[in-house]
Amino acid sequence: MPMIRCENVTKTYSKQDRPALDSVTLEVAKGEFVFLVGQSGSGKSTFLRLILREEKVTSGRMYVAGKDLSTLSQWKVPEFRRGIGTVFQDYRLLPNKTVSENVAFAMQIVGAAPKEIAREVPEVLELVGLDDYGHRMPAELSGGEQQRVAIARAFINKPQILIADEPTGNLDPTMSVGIMKLLDRINRTGTTVVMATHDDKIVDQMRKRVIELENGIVVRDQVRGIYGYSG
Amino acid sequence: MRAGFVTKEVLNGLRRNITLTIAVVITVAISLSLLGVGLLANSQVRVMKDYWYDKIEVSIFLCGQLSDSPTCSGGPVTSEQRAQIESDLKALPIVANVYYESQAEAFIRFKERFKGTALVDNVTADQLPESYRVKLKDPKQFAIVQSAFSGRPGIDSVQDQRTILDKFFKLLGVLRDGALAIGLISVLTAALLISNTLRIAAFNRRRETGVMRLVGASNFSIQLPFLLEGLISAIIGWGIATGILSALKSLVDARVAPLLTFTNFFGWADVWNASLLLLLTGLVVSAIASFLTLRKYLKV
Repeated sequence: MPMIRCENVTKTYSKQDRPALDSVTLEVAKGEFVFLVGQSGSGKSTFLRLILREEKVTSGRMYVAGKDLSTLSQWKVPEFRRGIGTVFQDYRLLPNKTVSENVAFAMQIVGAAPKEIAREVPEVLELVGLDDYGHRMPAELSGGEQQRVAIARAFINKPQILIADEPTGNLDPTMSVGIMKLLDRINRTGTTVVMATHDDKIVDQMRKRVIELENGIVVRDQVRGIYGYSG
Repeated sequence: MRAGFVTKEVLNGLRRNITLTIAVVITVAISLSLLGVGLLANSQVRVMKDYWYDKIEVSIFLCGQLSDSPTCSGGPVTSEQRAQIESDLKALPIVANVYYESQAEAFIRFKERFKGTALVDNVTADQLPESYRVKLKDPKQFAIVQSAFSGRPGIDSVQDQRTILDKFFKLLGVLRDGALAIGLISVLTAALLISNTLRIAAFNRRRETGVMRLVGASNFSIQLPFLLEGLISAIIGWGIATGILSALKSLVDARVAPLLTFTNFFGWADVWNASLLLLLTGLVVSAIASFLTLRKYLKV
């Protein structure tokens, strides 16, 4: 069973005649690392939103982590999302909570025991290389460090899929490399990673599967691909 | 989510929004107080009705020298008529007791009432009508007495003291309804303020709620802290309102009751009943306002 399977997925937003995604069919296996590339407006974000079930498909079928998203009832969506970690370009940390509290937040939400939280948060912070940063506030950290905190938070509930929407978009090349190493390490634990990006150097370096979207259509799906267009 | 975590989030939320929290607490306190005053006014009207209706009687005036109603065309009441009326009255099951007031007694009462006026010197006992003062088991059943006795030969008129009191109670009823209406309108204001406050709180915390949504928090757990904040503000407001009503009761006991001895006043039980009703109102209104607002502004 693939981790993500799309069958003729089309998404048309109301008030728009052109679909944001047009009859996309693809599969992502468990443990894969996939780059999603394409110009702004090509449908990358829509695709990620569909995986997270923030939007519903207009037609076609979409299976994520063993769930048929077109029939998943609304009240089961939160539980479904617990199996998916998300990282964004703007980190989305809570500014009035410490690094540890930010990471712990994800566990508290799902009702984890305080003991368990106290054990796992330092472990994950160590994994992302922020062992001694637990008591710092997000504003005191560099962009790369903040993104590591965000990754720690996305990873702490052991998701099956990690969605990263331009995680290096705000970072300089050195920091970006560190973040990519981290995502690669997370991928090696068996977590499927889907990353939308505009960062051609990273894509070319990593040599992972590349799916390119253009006007909502998959124009390229390449194993060990490269960024492959200048835009 | 664990209780400890929710508590912390709720307290943080209340603190971060402290000015609005205070505004909500004060508005709830004032509106519930106003509603409470309306409820106490209602209790007061009831207490006064109990007090007064207990004392009132139906008067059956018998024909005298000066009576000019058609039933008195046969002149003053005869002793047979009087005896018949008395035995009929006593036979009525709704009658609690019957008291006969003779002309002489009526004259004594008349002199008492108009003491010091010229009227006393111009009236003699035989000008005043004799009467039966009838106490009913239930003062509302006057109509039965009236239909049985008015229009009978020898009876001039049947009067219910309730008709005099009813005008007074009608006035009190209008005042009470006004107080209740003002109370309800201000509760509505409080509901709108709670709704608006939650909207602002939801906007202020869109980062938190966004993150909560991302990591898979259920709708309920995202909304719960907001709902609890609304309820806690309402409960504090209710506490203040109950304090205000208690103060009002103490003031009435200490200052008003000694001056107005012609009636009883509402008791502490009325205050606590009103308070309980206010608590329910506060909780229900706050919960509904929160529910409707959050459903709109905190969607998964």
